[in-house]
Amino acid sequence: MSPVIEARALTKRYGGLAAVDGVEFSIRAGECFGFLGPNGAGKTTTVRMIYCASPVTAGDLRVFGIEVGDRPREIKARIGVCQQEDTLDPDFSVRKNLTVFARYFGIPAARAEERSRELLEFMGLWERKDARIRELSGGMKRRLAIARALINDPDLLILDEPTTGLDPQSRHQVWDRVRGLRRQGKTILLTTHYMDEAQTLCDRLVIMDHGKILVEGPPVDLVRSRVGKEVVEVEGYPPGLVQHARQSGWTFESDTGRLFIYTDSGEAVFTVIAHQFPSERCTVRTAGLEDLFLKLTGRELRE
Amino acid sequence: MSGPAGGGRAGSVLALVGNISARSLRVWQRNRDVYFVTWKTNLVPPLLEPILYLLAFGAGIGALVSEVQYRGEMIGYTTFIAPGLLATQVMFQAFFETTYNTFVRMYYQRTFDSIMTTPLTLEDVMAGELLWGASKGVIGCAVMMVALSAFGLLRYPHALVIIPFSFLAGLLFAGLGLCFTGIVPQIDSFNFPTFLFVMPMFLFSGTFFPLDVLPRWAQVLAEALPLTHVANLMREAALGRLPADLLRDLLYLAVATIPLCVAGIHLMRRRLVK
Repeated sequence: MSPVIEARALTKRYGGLAAVDGVEFSIRAGECFGFLGPNGAGKTTTVRMIYCASPVTAGDLRVFGIEVGDRPREIKARIGVCQQEDTLDPDFSVRKNLTVFARYFGIPAARAEERSRELLEFMGLWERKDARIRELSGGMKRRLAIARALINDPDLLILDEPTTGLDPQSRHQVWDRVRGLRRQGKTILLTTHYMDEAQTLCDRLVIMDHGKILVEGPPVDLVRSRVGKEVVEVEGYPPGLVQHARQSGWTFESDTGRLFIYTDSGEAVFTVIAHQFPSERCTVRTAGLEDLFLKLTGRELRE
Repeated sequence: MSGPAGGGRAGSVLALVGNISARSLRVWQRNRDVYFVTWKTNLVPPLLEPILYLLAFGAGIGALVSEVQYRGEMIGYTTFIAPGLLATQVMFQAFFETTYNTFVRMYYQRTFDSIMTTPLTLEDVMAGELLWGASKGVIGCAVMMVALSAFGLLRYPHALVIIPFSFLAGLLFAGLGLCFTGIVPQIDSFNFPTFLFVMPMFLFSGTFFPLDVLPRWAQVLAEALPLTHVANLMREAALGRLPADLLRDLLYLAVATIPLCVAGIHLMRRRLVK
């Protein structure tokens, strides 16, 4: 089966700055594919090119096998987009937001009403169908934005940072719905800077930084192959430990107060440290996406 | 890579026009639906404005100047300014729609960002905005006509052609407004076109006094302003006559409207598509 999205040497330049710098990826039907990266990595710019809002500077980008510059209307008719910012219509009720949006797709009024009801029920918003947008919580607004993105029953759903700024309960509500859509076999493209979100939702992902893709693969495999099974974290480590780690050939990294040792045998490393540097606070935990992410993109502050 | 290959300026104008489809009516419908959510407050200005003006100018200035000489005949002062009020109403409704209101939809509500994820193009969205701006002109004008007719200031059936005139005039001022929306850095910047352009037109386009009292150079200047031609059209229709020289005014409006609308859409594309 041909990929839903295929990008080759995809580049977006603003003046001299390459916001997206020759990325390659392909997304298969039915998978949830993630773009993970710090702010300014080029995630949103990439998805904006996919939904034909931003012209491609160079390279090749096909969605449903169609070159994005060729027939954007055709592509856009088959995708649903939930943007990062709140773009709901504040002058309309919850339900009217969906029916007005349905008109842009040429969906007949009766069908739009029916579809709105289904989606509002699915998103747990039917009780609030007559509410105005300003009466909704942040989590409800985001769920409504996702419902709106589904109004045309899209072949591809794009979620650009769907849970940024939400409280933990609301995030889990959104994740729950996204998992539901995944089970229905919807192809989903998601951008996020939350590791837990990427780990829990994505079948495959890429990590982006400075407009480039650093790694690509299923989250578990990426962590396993690039970081190892476990991380031993030592707080307030003495200089001697660094030397010891170097001599032992451990893979490690440090920030101002902590040492991170990436290993497949955390227990053994822990035992060594506990014996030779007994006063230190030392923990062993399973390696996660966050370890991989920080390893790849560095620990310095971004803005 | 997107956009037409070559063709220069003419090519890009053709591509721009080619990107407009009947789907732009969906944007018009959206704006109409919002308008009807608050329709009662929306009707206040076009209903009350003429009454206030007629009171001020009719009872106030009208007490000093009961009649004015217009095209060789004496007519009542309120009869003279009534069609001028219609012309300014169309200008204000259309211009403020595609400046302040369009800016709010573009920048604060991000409405266009969301619509552009659907099969509509940017050109569809802007064409819808222009049509809606023109429609606001028509609605404002028609409502004001009801109020003015109650004072017996419009002569029917001729006055009915004011409605299609108001659509054309509305489109012109909507296009003009959209050009400014394409370039202003922030919403306060609309003060410049409003006070340097729209307000002078409001006062000096043959709306409140016949232009022939002005010195020759000022008359020439006034002839260049679109509102002068709108006021001419509306005044003749309101007086119950449609002389052939109105074609000149109509031609001016038609010729000015098209490039203004195209330029407005082009400037919005430059602003929004990056």
